[in-house]
Amino acid sequence: MAELRQSLSLYRFLIAARVRAQLQYRTSFAIETVAAFLISFLDFVAILIIFSNVTQLGAWSVAEVALLYAVATLAFAFTDLVIGHLDGFPGLIRDGNFDLMLVRPKGTLFQVVTGDFQLRRLGRVAQALLVLAYALSALSIDWTPDRALVLALAVPSGVLIYGSVWVAVICVAFWTVEGREAANAFTYGGAFLAQYPINIFDRWLRTFLGYVVPMAFIAYFPALHVLGKTDPLGLPAVLQVASPAVALAAAFIASVVWRFAVRHYQSAGG
Amino acid sequence: MRLDTLRLDWELARRGYARYAAYPAATVAGVFVNTVFGFMRAYILLALFEQRDRIAGYDASATVTYVWLGQALIMSIYIFGWQDLALRIRSGDIAGDLIRPVHPLRASLAFDLGRALYHSIYRGLPPLLIGALVFRLVLPAGPLEWLAFAVSVLLAVVVSYAFRAIYNVVAFWTTDHRGAMFLGAIAVNLFSGFIVPVAFFPDWLAAIARATPFPSMVQLPIDIFIGRATGVEVLGILVVQLGWAVVLLFVAERLFAFGVRRLVVQGG
Repeated sequence: MAELRQSLSLYRFLIAARVRAQLQYRTSFAIETVAAFLISFLDFVAILIIFSNVTQLGAWSVAEVALLYAVATLAFAFTDLVIGHLDGFPGLIRDGNFDLMLVRPKGTLFQVVTGDFQLRRLGRVAQALLVLAYALSALSIDWTPDRALVLALAVPSGVLIYGSVWVAVICVAFWTVEGREAANAFTYGGAFLAQYPINIFDRWLRTFLGYVVPMAFIAYFPALHVLGKTDPLGLPAVLQVASPAVALAAAFIASVVWRFAVRHYQSAGG
Repeated sequence: MRLDTLRLDWELARRGYARYAAYPAATVAGVFVNTVFGFMRAYILLALFEQRDRIAGYDASATVTYVWLGQALIMSIYIFGWQDLALRIRSGDIAGDLIRPVHPLRASLAFDLGRALYHSIYRGLPPLLIGALVFRLVLPAGPLEWLAFAVSVLLAVVVSYAFRAIYNVVAFWTTDHRGAMFLGAIAVNLFSGFIVPVAFFPDWLAAIARATPFPSMVQLPIDIFIGRATGVEVLGILVVQLGWAVVLLFVAERLFAFGVRRLVVQGG
């Protein structure tokens, strides 16, 4: 417990330093935050354009898809804020700088995660919150305690799922630095998939990116419960409240993968 | 035009090709990602056809073809942003380019065309072939249409290069060019018709898009491929693309000239 407290205070200290540094360049920070907002907004514009042609997408209305989008994007935005810099992690391996982390008295993953913190990614959070506000006002949800709880837990569960997937797939860099971009299919690809009703995807893609990589648990299943909507796929209702459990399982698997990968690390000789 | 300058362009283009050919694993990984996104985008747009038979003249098959061609063009036209030139300006390396006997924008265009050829073959064809294996795609009617499509893609690359150069020369005025790059990439993603075909836009948004050079990068070459444009319309598309290429190259060249005038490079 003392160890955890010490790690948390160290985390706060390191991140605060990063944030102070970024705020030294106010104009850059402002421009990049607005850019993060707009880039994220682009995905929602695509949804709006789609709904200017149809009233339903796979039996989901525009407000319902907006809810999926908002939950998925909010979870992804927080994940991106905390560990988005994992995309640069393969560079540490290529340059041999990962060696340094192995000799320090903190866990390697902890050091990688505290390596950066891009505050500008709050632009994406802001955009997701706006869409969430739109979705919740456009939908007349029959609120019950369990629905509120499922929605409230969806975001932290989503962060844990995205984060676990990110950590697990970036481990590909321990074997091939050059092929690191393949991880994007799961991280950014998964985030893209989670914004849509997964019943519109073909079965193999749904199985692969929805259940094996558990993107369906980010927004699709929780939203079904919150909306009291019949699952177009007719899957067991228990899945709709299973996101926190799936998130914990994903985190466990990711930590196993990370430890396995680190054991197989071969230094670049830096 | 002097022959030795053309020879130089050719050599630069070959280097552009070779530079990207040097990382085959990166190419495989990129193809994998573009393909996964291709499937997702195809299924999303196909879901529209549960409600409609045609949208703005597109049937399901044309729409899926559109998606896979869009995925195939991602790297050819560098849709997610490019900062090679801005980084050279920022670091001061541009000073070295300025003392060479060929204009830096011309040299980097030649290099970029070589790069685009590599990306069109190795990042463009594989996703398109995978898409064609799984879905029924619409193919150009004949050899003339294939040729027109190839010319159109070439012009798309030039238009995209000129636009990328414009948002890169911003680096002459600010040490932080990333804002301009992000805004440029956002405009390209939306108005080129990459994320959704321009024809699917509400009328007012489509009108805005059509007044910009961006459809010349994605929408117009694809319209030739899927036969949405035929006969003299094809010629019209190529003329529009050529027009934008000339205009944007001119703007890029003028901005570059202004920028060079206030360039200060320390040390040497």
